[in-house]
Order: sequence, then C-alpha cells, then structure tokens
Amino acid sequence: MKHAVKPGEAAALIPDGAILLVGGFMAVGSPHRIIDALVARNARDLTIVANDTAMPGKGIGKLISAGAVKKVVASHIGLNPETQQKMISGEIEVELVPQGTLVERIRAGGVGLGGVLTATGLGTPVEDGKLTVEIDGKTFLLETPIKGDFALIAARQADYVGNLEYSLTAHNFNPIMALAGETVIAEPQTIVPVGVISPDAVKTPGVLVDHLLERAH
Amino acid sequence: MDAKEIIARRVAQEIEPEMLVNLGIGLPSMVANYLPKDVHVFFQAENGVIGLGARPPEGMEDPDLTDAGGGFVTAVPGAASIDSAMSFGLIRGGHLDMTVLGGLQVDARGYLANWMIPGKMVPGMGGAMDLVAGAKQVIVAMVHTAKGNHKILPECTLPLTAARRVSLIVTDMAVIEPTEAGLVLKERGPDCSVDDVIAATGANLIVHGDVPQMQIA
Repeated sequence: MKHAVKPGEAAALIPDGAILLVGGFMAVGSPHRIIDALVARNARDLTIVANDTAMPGKGIGKLISAGAVKKVVASHIGLNPETQQKMISGEIEVELVPQGTLVERIRAGGVGLGGVLTATGLGTPVEDGKLTVEIDGKTFLLETPIKGDFALIAARQADYVGNLEYSLTAHNFNPIMALAGETVIAEPQTIVPVGVISPDAVKTPGVLVDHLLERAH
Repeated sequence: MDAKEIIARRVAQEIEPEMLVNLGIGLPSMVANYLPKDVHVFFQAENGVIGLGARPPEGMEDPDLTDAGGGFVTAVPGAASIDSAMSFGLIRGGHLDMTVLGGLQVDARGYLANWMIPGKMVPGMGGAMDLVAGAKQVIVAMVHTAKGNHKILPECTLPLTAARRVSLIVTDMAVIEPTEAGLVLKERGPDCSVDDVIAATGANLIVHGDVPQMQIA
C-alpha cells in the first residue's frame, strides 16, 4: 500500500539537475500539480524528456517560463515560442526526436532493450551521427534507449497499490514513461480503494509506481 | 471555391471505405468535411485515438480528448484510445492506410520537406517523419506555389521529412503522381491549362496525352 504524498513533498524528492520523463501531449495528460510544485520550489537545471513543451502558461510550458529547464528532448516545440526563443539564445539545449522514435527510445530504456531500429529519420538530419544497420535488406537507424531519474505520470485513477488507469488521449506517453523512470511519481485525478479498478483495466501495474500524489481537491 | 477547398475535396476522393486515415493539422484536417456520407473510415489522431470525431458542441468538451493539434474533439462509436507506443506502432508497422500532410516542398523524386526552415522555423518534426516513413499511402496536400515561389522542385532545398517517395501530390492546380521516372501530371485544377501547371512547377512534369480536369463537386 502506498501513502499518498502532497505535491510539495513530491517536488522535494526531485533534485535540481534531474532528468525527468514527463507525460502529456500539449498539456493533455500532464502531471499539472507536480509541475506547479516544481515551479513553486524554484527547481533548476532540469532535463525534460516529453513529447512537447506545451504552450506558455500550460503544463511543461510553466517549467520553461520559470527558467527551470536546461535541456529538452522532445518531438515538437512549435507551439511554445518561449522554448524556441530560449533555444536560439542558448539558454536551453533542445534535442528534437521523431515522436514514434521518442516513445520507443523511452520504452527501450524501460524494458531493458539496448536500442531501437527504425526507418524513421533515414535521409534526414535525424540520421546525422547515428549508426545504420541492415536487416533483411532493409536499412534502419539505431536509436539509443532513454531513461529518467524520475517519471512524472498523469493518470485518471489510481488505487493505493499504485495501479493506474488512463483516460482517452491522456494516455499518450504516460504508460510508457512509467516503465523508464528510476523513481516513478504518479499523479492521479482520483484514488479509489484497492479492488475497485478491474485488473483488466490496469495499464500501469502498481509495482512500477513509487509515489502516489494525493487526489486533487 | 478557394484553393484549400479544392485540395480538400480532391483528396477526399482518394479515401476508400474502411481505411484507417491520419489527417495532419490545418489544411489536411479539412478533408474529413468532404468525405461522402456513405464512406465509413476511422480517422487516427496520433496523440492517441482511432475513431476521431467532430469538434464537440461548446460546453461539452472533454479535457482528456483532443486531436494532435490540441483541439477538442469527440470519439465516434467504435473508437479506441491508445498510448503513443501503440499509435506509432500502427503508423510505422504498416497498419495505417493513408496519411495526408501539408508540404513546404516536394521534389522530382517525390521526396517531401515539411518540418523545418533552417534559421527561421524549427518547430520539430512531431509525428511527421514516422507518418511519411510508415504509412501505406502518403498524400501531400498543399497549395501549388507559395507567394509565386515554386514548391515543387527538382530537389528539395529544405531538410527532408523522409527519403521516401510520396504516393500523390494534390494541389489547387494539379494532381501529380511521383513515379520512378519522375512526376506524372494526372489532372489539372479547375480553370488551369497544362501550360499553367508547368509554369507553376519547378520540376519537370511528365505529361501523357490529354490531361483531364479535376472533377470536384
């Protein structure tokens, strides 16, 4: 059984300079209360691995605005002009990764694979500096695994074992990132008694979750 | 009829019943408006839904149900919500029948550039590289020229999205099929002569006999 923590307690677990895998797609399915608490504790030098940096004032965009981020690994930053400005000024280093490659690199990191072979990115700037491998006459890029010090996961519902259930397009990167964080902090909208979530509905087994955020008030 | 409507109506004719189709944001998303009522397809939004529906009435939005542009959507009966690994597995794995994307440039090889303008616009590729590398059919939907400048060129000057020959280019002036031999002019746009199309195209066009005019309602 897990004792639910407050957002401030969760943010205090995360040191400056940590690598964070953060769920969400344009701030949908992002761990908003943990993000707010990281901004409140004035976190610094974070590396954020996420699909995108949302937009100013929303989700991960709040961490960008607060100057909490030194590096971003994402597939898209186009809707956050602040990320682009900080990239151009050199304040933030940005590594752009195709979306399908990003999620598979994180999955590889989480499930003990040494990398991913994909045709995505061949013949484009994504290929630069990477090994290519021939399999059955087809060429693939070798993409390396990604792991995080922490995975910050947003879920619709949890139980006190830490089992997680997700909602609609708020799944996105969350179930994958829950595999790849050294420490996994889940932010459910609600927490229900153990047994309420059907085993078939569990997308992230509670054994992966280290800390559970208290339910939203 | 404006240029975008011509393009969207013509692309809609390429969609066959029971396809799984991914429409990019902007112009490509307009294609859904012109699908015949009796043609049932599933639209995928790569952020995690198969069976994307129309925008919900005001006040009935679900914050956990958006499209890949972050706009509120609905899900049709029979829809499935999926995580990003499943979503891009479908895309790369040959399960997506068609993707329709916008384009900055397409060249005589049929290669597409649509994700960055060095020094000007670096939004990130998002899912575009996976979509172009993986979908069974790739349709580029774009206006034929940009402020008088050619967008269909001998060779793309912008970084490629993928080194893969796209299936079809649909513009307000032409339908063009990239082939091993080069770009074949299949149809000309409303009120366009073959000479008009050739003048507006930076790459050589292969013209076989009489080129029919697009038939759009």
